[in-house]
Parts: sequence; structure tokens; C-alpha cells
Amino acid sequence: MIYAALFYAIAGLTVLSALGVAFSTNIVYSAMALMGTLVGVSGLYVFLAADFVAVVQLLVYVGGILVLTLFAIMLTHQIAEVQVSNRSVGRLPALALVVVVGIAMGVALFRAPWHVEPLGASTPTTYGIGDSFLNQYLLPFELASVVLLTALVGAIVLSRKELRG
Amino acid sequence: MEIGLHHFLVVGLVVFLCGVFTVLTRRNAIGILMGVELILNSANINYIAFSRYGGGGYDGQVFSVFVIMLAAAEAAIGLAIVLGIYRQFETIDVEATDTLRG
Repeated sequence: MIYAALFYAIAGLTVLSALGVAFSTNIVYSAMALMGTLVGVSGLYVFLAADFVAVVQLLVYVGGILVLTLFAIMLTHQIAEVQVSNRSVGRLPALALVVVVGIAMGVALFRAPWHVEPLGASTPTTYGIGDSFLNQYLLPFELASVVLLTALVGAIVLSRKELRG
Repeated sequence: MEIGLHHFLVVGLVVFLCGVFTVLTRRNAIGILMGVELILNSANINYIAFSRYGGGGYDGQVFSVFVIMLAAAEAAIGLAIVLGIYRQFETIDVEATDTLRG
């Protein structure tokens, strides 16, 4: 039962860190908790036999997005000054809404007759994913590179200092 | 108890709810972006769980790679906008940026 224990440990890490992101009052602690969630989700991908996506998750999220977020927090140097609570939506109404949505989705989740097939052995997925990208999903794949280029140029234009002569 | 599809769906549900709560209650623009990341991650957990337990090839994993790619683009643009707001307003409190309010 090492498998189940490991799953519960990783799922617990994911869920507790997500709660930390939601409830921490310090934005730096939130970012650190977000790292726990991202690493935990990557571990869940390993349990689901998605090795390629697990590595991509670690590289892009933990190595890229999280570092970018921490940079933005440090550059705006307002670590604990911004009030956490929102005036238009307070914590209690938000909590009530989340609980209602959660109950509805939980009931749907357990009642729906999901189509589950018996699990095969975990095989390496990189070949299959690459094959899908270059055959079935070629157009979205190329569009994705255009989107990334646009985002790159847009981020540079938005964040540089104005240099008008 | 066997680890089944429902275990992963429940984890995805809890992460999604945490993300929604974060987006609703934060006034810090970077905090809101972190909530969006949580929501995207929960969607990815569902994609890959259904891809594994539905026996359906690589489609779910390909979609999750696209979602990760869009999340990276969103984070880059979003944080650049946040830095621009900070230069303009000297704060990243989303309630202070109400120039367009009538």
C-alpha cells in the first residue's frame, strides 16, 4: 500500500498548498504555497502516467511562471501592504459562493456515470504526444508558436520604459 | 481502497475552489493571477485524469500542454500589465485603478 500512501501524501501536499494560496495574508507566502501546489500537481501527473506533461509542468510552471511571479512581487515591493480582503466581495460571501459551487460540483462528480476503462501499463508518452502535435494537432501547434511570439513581444512592449525621442 | 478516477477529480475540485476563492477575495493583482494559475492547474488535472482512465490515447495530454503554454503567455502578459499599473498608479491594489469608473 505504499502506492496509496504516496498518492495521499502528494494529494495532501497539493490541497494544503492550494489552501495556503487562498488563505495566506502575505503574498510571498502565497507564492511559496503556489510552488507546493505546482510540484504536487506534477507528482499527480506522474501517478497518471503522464511523464512528459509532469516534466513540462515542472519546467514551465515552477521554473518559469513562479519565478516570474516572484520577480513581479519583488519589483512592486508591496509585500504585505495591500489589504487582502476585497471590498466589493468580502470573504464570507466568497466562501459561501465557493461552498455552494463546491457542493454542486461534488454531487455531480460522484453521481455522473463516468466511462472508465481498465488501466493499461504505463508507457512512455513522449513519442505519442509528439506524433499528435505534428499530425492531428499541427495547426493548433503552429498557432501556439504565433501566440507565444505575440505574448513575448507584447510583454516587452508593455514593460519597457517609454523611450520617445 | 484503490486509487481511482474520483480521487483525482476531488483533488482537482478542491484546487479549483481554492483558485476561485483567491480570485474573488484578493485585491492584489498578482494574487488574482495566482488564483488563475490554480484554476488552470485544476483543469489540467481533470484533462489528464480522464485521459488516463478513459483509455483515450494522447488527446488529454496534448490539451494540457496547450493549457500550460497559454498559462505561460498569460502570466507574462499579466505581470507586464501589473508592472505597468504599478508605474502608473504606484500601487497594485485593483480597487485603486478606477480611472474609467463613471
